[in-house]
Formats: sequence, structure tokens, C-alpha cells
Amino acid sequence: MSLKVKTMAEMMASGQTPEVLFWVGCAGSFDDRAKKITIAFAKILQHAQVSFAVLGSEESCTGDPAKRSGNEFLFQMQAMQNIMVLNGYEVKKIVTACPHCFNTLKNEYPALGGNYLVLHHTEFLQQLINEGRLTIKGGVFKGKRITFHDPCYLGRGNGIYEAPRELIYKLDSELVEMTNCKARGFCCGAGGAQMFKEAEKGNKEVNIERTEQALEVNPDIISTGCPFCMTMMTDGVKMKNKETQIKVYDIAELIAQANDL
Amino acid sequence: MGAENIIFLLLFLVAFTLFFRNAAKIKRNIFLGKKVIPEGSKSARLKTMLKVALGQSKMTAKPVAGILHILVYAGFVIINLEMLEIVIDGIFGTHRIFSFAGSFYNSLIASFEVLALLVLVSCLLFFIRRNLLKLSRFRKPELNGWPRNDANFILITEVFLMSAFLIMNAADATLQQQQVQHYVQSGCFPVSSLFASLFIGLDTSTLIFIERFCWWFHIVGILVFLNYLPYSKHLHIILSFPNTYFSKLKPKGELNNMESVTREVKLMLDPEANPYASPPDSVSQIPERFGAKDIFDLNRIQLLNAYSCTECGRCTSECPANNTGKKLSPRKIMMDVRDRLEEVGKAIDKNGSNYKDEKTLLGHYISEEEILACTTCNACTQACPINIDPLSIIIELRRNLLMEESKAPAEWAGMLTNIENNGAPWQFSQADRLRWSEEN
Ligand code: SF4
Ligand code: SF4
Repeated sequence: MSLKVKTMAEMMASGQTPEVLFWVGCAGSFDDRAKKITIAFAKILQHAQVSFAVLGSEESCTGDPAKRSGNEFLFQMQAMQNIMVLNGYEVKKIVTACPHCFNTLKNEYPALGGNYLVLHHTEFLQQLINEGRLTIKGGVFKGKRITFHDPCYLGRGNGIYEAPRELIYKLDSELVEMTNCKARGFCCGAGGAQMFKEAEKGNKEVNIERTEQALEVNPDIISTGCPFCMTMMTDGVKMKNKETQIKVYDIAELIAQANDL
Repeated sequence: MGAENIIFLLLFLVAFTLFFRNAAKIKRNIFLGKKVIPEGSKSARLKTMLKVALGQSKMTAKPVAGILHILVYAGFVIINLEMLEIVIDGIFGTHRIFSFAGSFYNSLIASFEVLALLVLVSCLLFFIRRNLLKLSRFRKPELNGWPRNDANFILITEVFLMSAFLIMNAADATLQQQQVQHYVQSGCFPVSSLFASLFIGLDTSTLIFIERFCWWFHIVGILVFLNYLPYSKHLHIILSFPNTYFSKLKPKGELNNMESVTREVKLMLDPEANPYASPPDSVSQIPERFGAKDIFDLNRIQLLNAYSCTECGRCTSECPANNTGKKLSPRKIMMDVRDRLEEVGKAIDKNGSNYKDEKTLLGHYISEEEILACTTCNACTQACPINIDPLSIIIELRRNLLMEESKAPAEWAGMLTNIENNGAPWQFSQADRLRWSEEN
């Protein structure tokens, strides 16, 4: 079944302006596991009757991994090209399920001429709930122990700790915090372009360390809000042979499941 | 004025001249870095400084160490108010010149005594904690040698200084009881009176010797300590103020955009631009190095950061790379920058300001392996009690490695090529970006 997601170009052609642009990001577009997050979020948007569009084939990498690996040149090339597209469509508001895209679009694009209101999907979902446009059905996760792994670029990077937690409360589940949470959250190991290379020599992988921290609080579900954290935590749980007992989900997936979307 | 007073005055002048000379050198070294416009408004920066440096708001993230540190800090600063009296007494040969303030003076001295005891006990606890408890952040390789001795020296000195202060008071109080001339009846000694009974049998001249010895030890100790600061991590008692004042106010996740790159990219993307035209005057002809290879390429705030670092290792103990056995330690990055800066500074002292050596920060002090291990997670900047930003330095070094030296690790090179060619870090076609909507 196709989700019938409209692109900006299609919207433009039919004279429509969406409320918000959904920035899908590279992981959300191409990574098999992350695509499920994209689909879950798009379904929630449709369910809440939010008028949204994507850029589709006009979207390109924000340049985050280029910038953080040290290739500022490529980052700015990407940024300027994306800004031309976004400004061409007069985009005002952007939502994304990737904290790396979120951080780059929100903080690093303005100086290059890209000024938008940028929201992480957990913030956007919380707003929908506050505005009464979305209700979360409790039940499915009642009594489940859910821990939240703070993505660095959402938490420390941009000070957003509460939006995802508020959503977990709404699920009627039990939020169990790791010792290293919020401002002291421990990285999953993917940031700073580490996702795209082997780690340097050490005595452990960062994602294993983080997974062990999560396992300490005996969760049924490890939740997060970043496609890269998703990869790292999923791999970590597998390495620990816990994938049958413990599931890793994005907050959007939890909400989609709760609402049976 | 007796000979004693002249010696005191000379010592005092020499100590301060030396200190200001060293301070000027540190300033010169910091100014080897690139000029930088500080972020945000003055009031926002001032607020950060008052909160983080004066209020020590980030220290209590580790409660025990945090509270002990606040005690030592407050105690040390307040007790140094006593310095004013010591200096006047020293120059004019008076004794306890402020004692005319009566009960106010007595309560001040009493509170100094209590604080001195608290500082003394805290420093002893710090010493035990640093040397006997096996705290991993005090056992990292970058602390071997001088840095560990430096830390212990500071603690021991403070213990001695505080002890001298208390013993001096005990001797003074006993002399007052013996109604020795010059020792005016003043002060209130809640702490030193506890052990003053030890002095009761001693004759007046011995007591005067003890009192004078401790007085001189205290003041000379402080003057020596002042001159020790420029060589020590203890410099943070001064530099943490400007350091927090100039610290980052923007979201931690935001990295600066390089303006030199912006100019070039704009030129490339502008269809009107003539690629053969000579650059406008505003674009300097001197080719700017991308990123940082040496301290000259870092900015002044980053160099100030290095001089301010307390070597506490809170950054390193939160660093995911370091915690999983990688070579990277954000504390070491800061220590390396300071060491290199000092090396360059000394060479300039010797050979003049144009002197250049063959060494560089990246390569001789910091290895590629270290900077490549960073996940840019900001745990270090969050943990630092005085808002130091090791990450910004790591990024500048990476920029140099990738853009100047073209030394991206192979996997990164592939990732970067993919972004360049198909707009994603993996080899997928940009045309397929909406495929997910059909895969449901
Ligand atoms: S930003 Fe880099 S150096 Fe700092 S804690 Fe994270 S991984 Fe370590
Ligand atoms: S950078 Fe900050 S946290 Fe790290 S050792 Fe220095 S003062 Fe401590």
C-alpha cells in the first residue's frame, strides 16, 4: 500500500501550501530500519490530518556528517543547495525525525541564508497533543517499562529533554531512567560521522557500553528519537542476545502502535 | 620603618612585578591566536560568568567534590582579605592595624579561623581522594609526571598556609595573655585556642619567634603561590572568570560555519561569477589555512580555554570515546594546547616573535587517532565546570586534517564522495528518496 505522501513540487503545482515540511533525511529515506520510523511518523501526521509535504528527490543530505568529519566545504555546498530549494518553495516550518538534520537545519543554516522554524518530531507531536489534534490511546504499552535514550543532538545539543518524555508518559507506560540520562546522557557512538567508519582502537564499542547501561534498568523497550541511535541500540541489543526480550523503538513508532496506525 | 619592613616591601614589589610580567606573557601567548568576536550580549556573558565562575553552578554535578571545592574557594578568597592587614602591618611595622574595629574585627578573625580549618580539612580530603582513592579520572596517563605533582603541591601548600595562619594566631593569643607589648588585645580565636594550651609553658621570645615565623611564612607563601600560578593548573582561580565570560552561549549542537569557505562556496554556486576574476580586495590574498594545525590557527578563546583548564578530568570521565578505551581524552587535548602554547611562547622569548619551529600541535602533540575518535557528543563541554570547549578544537583539527591535508580515513572518503555525488552518505540514488512511501 502506498502512503500517498505529497511532495512540495506537487503541492506547488496544485496551488497548495502545506502546514509543515517533513524533512525525511538520508537515514529516514534509505536505511531499512529508519524507513519504518519515517512511515510511522507520516501515518501519525495523516491521522492527525496535518497537511504536510516532503521534498522527495529534491531533498539532499543536510551535510551534517560532512561538517562533523571536518569537510566544511562539502557541508556548505550541501547547505546552500538545500537552502535554494527550501527558499524556492518559501518553506517556513520544518519537522524532522532526525536530531542531526534538526540541529543542522535549525542552528547552522540560518547564517547561510536558511531561516526556518525547525522542530524535532517529538516536539511537533507534543504540540499536536497540546492543541488537541492528536490523542494517544493508552493500553498497548500499559505497565511496560520504557527507557529513553537521549540523542546527543536533541538533548545536550539543543536542550530538548522533556518533549520525548512527555510522550512516553502519555503511553500509560512506566518511564525508567538510566543513570546517565538527560544532560548526562551517554552517546550511542554514531555522532560526529562515526556512523560511517570503524571506531578507533579501544576496549569496547560505544554502543555496547550504552546498551549495557540501558539493560541495567531492565526495560521492556528502549526508546529513542534518532535513526542513528536506533541503529546503534538495535545492534547493541543484538550483540547482547536480548533482541527477543527487549525491543528498540522510536517514539513515533510507539505512538503509531498505540493508536493502531 | 625598620629593616624588616623594608625587606617586606621589597619582597612584595618583586613578587608583584614578577607576577605581572608572567601575566603579560600569558596574554601575549593567548594573542598568538586568531581574533574572535565574542558571542551574544555583554549582559548575557556577565550572567554566565557570575553563575558558572563565581557561583560555581556546575561544580555540584559531583556533590562531594563540588561542596569541598566551594569551601576551599570561598575560604581561600575570604581569608585573603586578611592580606590587606598583613600588607599594611608589614610595611608600617604595626600589629593588627584593623583591631580598632573591635568586635567587628574579632568576629572577622573568628570567621577566618573557622574557614581556615574548613579549607585545611577539605584540602586534606582532596589529597586523600586524589592519591589514595582509585578514582579513574585521576589515574589517566595525561596526569603522569608534572600535572600530578602540580595538583599535590597546591593542596599541600594550602594546608601549610592555613596551618601557619592558625599557629600564628595561637602564638599571638598566648602573647596577648602574657601582655607582651606590641601584641594588642584583639581577635577572637575559636579554632587556634583549641591548641593554644600547647604554647603556655613557652617563654616570650620563643613565642614571638613562632608568631613571626608563621606570619612571614604565610605572607611569603602567598607571594610565592601567586608566582606559581602561571606555571600551574591553579591559574584557573583567575582565568575561570574571563573564560566563562567568553564561553559559548549558542546551543551546544551548533558548530560555527567557516566564513572563508562560505565565500568560496558562494562564488562556486553563483552562475554569474567569473571563475578567472581575481578575488575582491576584501578576500585576503594570503591563503588561509583551513582548520587548525597549530596553536596559531586556533582562536584566542580556545587558547584562553587551554590556560584556564583545571585538569579536573570531568570532561574525560564523561567522554564516550575515552570510556571505551580510545586514546582520545578531552582533558589531554586542552593540556596539549597549553603545553604547545607554552613551548612556542618560550621560543619567542628566546628568539624573537618571528621564530617558527618544525613542530605542530596536530602531529607532535595530538594524534589523528585521537581526534578521529570524537563523536561530537558534547559530554565534555557539558561536564566542564568552567565551560571549556574541547570539541571546538577537535573540529578545527579535523578540518585541517580533511581539507588541508586531505587525509580522511578511507571510509569517510567514501561517505563524502557519496554525499557529493548522490546527496546521501550511502550509495543510493537521490531519485529514490521517496521510495519508502511505497514500501509500507
Ligand atoms: S564531544 Fe568528543 S571529546 Fe567531547 S566527550 Fe564527546 S566524544 Fe569525547
Ligand atoms: S576541560 Fe574542563 S572538565 Fe576538562 S579537565 Fe579542563 S577544566 Fe576539567
